[in-house]
Amino acid sequence: MSDNVTTDVADHADDHGHATVDVTTLDAELIEGPSNATPDIAEYALWLGDDALILAQQLGAWISRAPELEEDVALGNVGLDLIGHARSLLHYAGTASNRTEDDLAYWRTEPDFRSLHIVEQPNGDFAHTIARQFIVSHYLFELYSRLRASADATLAAIAAKAVKEVDYHRDHSTQWVLRLAHGTDESRRRISTALGDLWPYVDEIFRDDPLIDRLEGIAVRPSSLRPAFDVAIAPVLAEAELDVPVGFVASGGGRAGKHSEHLAFLLAEMQVLTRAHPGASW
Amino acid sequence: MVVTDIHEGVARPRPTDAASLAAWNVAAQVVDPEIPVLTIEDLGVLRSVRVTSDSVAVTLTPTYSGCPAMDAMRDDVLTVLTSAGYTNVSVRLVLSPAWTTDWMSEIGKAKLREYGIAAPTGHSTVRESGPAGPIRLKMAVKCPRCSSLNTRELAHFGSTSCKSLYECRDCLEPFDYFKVL
Repeated sequence: MSDNVTTDVADHADDHGHATVDVTTLDAELIEGPSNATPDIAEYALWLGDDALILAQQLGAWISRAPELEEDVALGNVGLDLIGHARSLLHYAGTASNRTEDDLAYWRTEPDFRSLHIVEQPNGDFAHTIARQFIVSHYLFELYSRLRASADATLAAIAAKAVKEVDYHRDHSTQWVLRLAHGTDESRRRISTALGDLWPYVDEIFRDDPLIDRLEGIAVRPSSLRPAFDVAIAPVLAEAELDVPVGFVASGGGRAGKHSEHLAFLLAEMQVLTRAHPGASW
Repeated sequence: MVVTDIHEGVARPRPTDAASLAAWNVAAQVVDPEIPVLTIEDLGVLRSVRVTSDSVAVTLTPTYSGCPAMDAMRDDVLTVLTSAGYTNVSVRLVLSPAWTTDWMSEIGKAKLREYGIAAPTGHSTVRESGPAGPIRLKMAVKCPRCSSLNTRELAHFGSTSCKSLYECRDCLEPFDYFKVL
């Protein structure tokens, strides 16, 4: 993520080759008009921004490790889109507390992250990553489709941009679910196992938090997305001849800052450089 | 400046006053660092330029949310305007209305083809909701080398966010396709 974006050319003179401490400079305004988030809206923007950020960080780890070069590129590009969404959302969240997107990404600790448990589940094998993408990208498509009608102009603008990109992401994961399911016995076993492993974390995505009651017309009520999500994935699973997994439901708690053992390790890797060299830029 | 017609096609929303138009023509020289034959005007990334008595305000819109070329384009706009003698230059990135390949100029599309990249075909169609269903109507992508329509997609995600990778089944060459968004 870029920091110290400024509109004054003179300030750019020392950008290259010098480490400068400039963590307080606000990034360029992304949205027309004055738009500072209220604390509640900022919290909601953190929910969505943290989901995108954590998932992007996970997908980046596939580069040079995917089954084929095209997949390195695909997962990298999906991650890049998600980083873009995270930047917009965290920037907006930061307007409520005068913090930058980088400040929020790199200087919060685990309990301050609001991401869902499903995005912090390990990449696992390729099938696990595809199963996670399949679930999350279908959810995000339904979410951003509706968030375009938000009464909050900034959230609506971010959603209108994101939904077009997420549409490609869900297509990508759908194609892979079908291919793995109808591939070899081994690929079918793996995608089936992966869906079963990830499914306990689906429930949390669609749980309503008290915050939602205070954001009527601004946020999208998570529980309202479940029917559309089920309708969207059912024909894919049917074509793949995979059953919708049944079993236990994970406890969740990500929106309240309660995370699994995985998030802290992920953050340690994501944040180490910034914390070792505070304010550095190149 | 408010963009009212998102399917404007060829016409760019050029400013109407002479001073702003002059600055627009300077800013419009900036090219996409990844596809140097395309200017930001061709791409539809340059949205507005407004000159007042002591400042210039430029508005750009990103192609893809995470496109790393945006930072370079923003810096280049600052540099080119400053070099032309303008002071107090500000560049803003605006997300809404969201960029679409429909904004790419016909000249830009012709330049793309000449450069060896197939230009986007058809219009952006983000559906309201529903499953990634069986109806995916796609227009054939024409090979930029031999103009054959007998092509196939190798990978949906290509060398940059905005492109996918195709193969021509007649001349057998792989090529980039600037995909519809």
